[in-house]
Amino acid sequence: MQADGLEKIGKDEAKQASFEHSVCFLNVKYVSVDGPVWGNVYSVSDAINIEGLSHYFGNQQVLKDVSFSVAQGRQRALLGPNGAGKTTLFSILTCLLRVAEGQATVFGNDVARASGKALARIGVVFQKPTLDLDLSVSQNLAYHGAIQGMNPRRVRDRAEQELKRLQLWERRDDPVRNLNGGHRRRVEIARALLHEPDLLLLDEATAGLDLASRVSLQAYIRSLVQEQGLAVLWTTHLVEELQADEDVVLLKDGAVQAQGRLTDLVRAAGVGDAKDLLLGLSTPAGNL
Amino acid sequence: MKAAAYFYCFLGVLKRELQRFVQQRTRFVSALVRPLLWLAVFAAGFRNTLDGLALPPHDTAISYEVYIVPGLVGIIVLFNSMQSSLSMVYDREMGSMRILLASPLPRGWLLISRLFSSALVSLLQVYAFLLIARLFAVTPPAWGYVAALPAIVCSAILLGALGLLLASIIDQLENFAGVMNFVVFPLFFLSSALYPLSQMREASEWVYWLCAANPFTYAVEFVRHSLWLGFSPSAFWVTTTVAVILTTAAVIGFDPSRKMLAGRPGAH
Repeated sequence: MQADGLEKIGKDEAKQASFEHSVCFLNVKYVSVDGPVWGNVYSVSDAINIEGLSHYFGNQQVLKDVSFSVAQGRQRALLGPNGAGKTTLFSILTCLLRVAEGQATVFGNDVARASGKALARIGVVFQKPTLDLDLSVSQNLAYHGAIQGMNPRRVRDRAEQELKRLQLWERRDDPVRNLNGGHRRRVEIARALLHEPDLLLLDEATAGLDLASRVSLQAYIRSLVQEQGLAVLWTTHLVEELQADEDVVLLKDGAVQAQGRLTDLVRAAGVGDAKDLLLGLSTPAGNL
Repeated sequence: MKAAAYFYCFLGVLKRELQRFVQQRTRFVSALVRPLLWLAVFAAGFRNTLDGLALPPHDTAISYEVYIVPGLVGIIVLFNSMQSSLSMVYDREMGSMRILLASPLPRGWLLISRLFSSALVSLLQVYAFLLIARLFAVTPPAWGYVAALPAIVCSAILLGALGLLLASIIDQLENFAGVMNFVVFPLFFLSSALYPLSQMREASEWVYWLCAANPFTYAVEFVRHSLWLGFSPSAFWVTTTVAVILTTAAVIGFDPSRKMLAGRPGAH
């Protein structure tokens, strides 16, 4: 099925196309030949759309009516102190936790009802390292490709591409146990990108890395967003990783406090810089 | 998802378990030492226990070594299944389980693949043990080794599903180790692995009934009959039915969210 005035395009082309001109219709990607498409039938495709999401652990409410979205081809940072609900949110998006109230969709696929379709488009790096230390780099990637349902030949090709891009190709046969923290994180990034996801979730992926490794990883992720149109939702505790025009969602005690450009939020809060903004969030009365 | 995706996933999980098995050589050795000790030491001491009895599926009197080998096959499978479940608890505690569960394939399929991968490792251990057992004059017919394969796989699925069910219920690694003592040893000792049920009944009626109600008894008997080219319908039906029931219960009962984040307020 193809709509009038729309040209069906390939996945790579779609990623290159500007977000404003892309729409999603019945999971088929189209790009307007002449510009934006208007009307009720087509809706702009958000990589993530969260509306009124609440979650409970027993009687404790850990997410409170959370709503925000991440557009395709954009990067958003989810900031907040420990216990703000970031990991819970990631666990819901990766279908490890059930949705209690509200809705979360990944490219229009409800994570509660179409979890398989949602997960197929997500690459994820969890806060805790999840590599098998006894296996080699290649074996870890091969396992991930298999549980994604990928053809082994394609897994080999993709693993080679990603490992070369991340300068790990020479270490492909090394047991992960022999790699340092920075290299392990890079393997996790390679693994997360192996099945060519459209959305990357990074839960404090740079935690525990030295400055050089952090800068290198950050630059790599930003290049993926700019060059491949990947959508990224990431969390960090490190203020120095944030850029002035960073698009952020501030979370505290399970609720969204504010969202927008970091500089705008700093100005609106009347604080000196991003560090003061986050410090304000960390104090009990520090609402924005 | 296409059927091929399920197949690649299944193969991938099996391959990973094999790779881990190759890496962990001490696991292989220790898996063999336990039954070999039973065979070499325990069976030597109890050589006259059967007193010339001809027990099914055998038509003539057998040695205690011949009797006990299927029971020791059972204990290899039992320990490996529990160890596999233990590694699942470890994976869950360490977080690597998240990667498996973040697969777009149905969770049930992932768990069933995991059960079969554990069964594959059990098979390797069992056949290595059966080859060594030939040195102790336990020489089943050649086709018996082939006939025993489905029985061993069924037993491994049954016990693996039991372990999976336990892993679903148990919160922490430390608790799992404790429960092993209340599950593994009663399952093993209250079965026909070491003594025939007929002799058990002569000693104690209620112990006999406990043994007769133990699914592990039927798994051992299924292996015993198959290995000697016999067939026990009751052993077959009980083993396969309980395997299906436990697998279904384990898949339905497996809720990672209940254990991964609950009780960890700092992880929100």
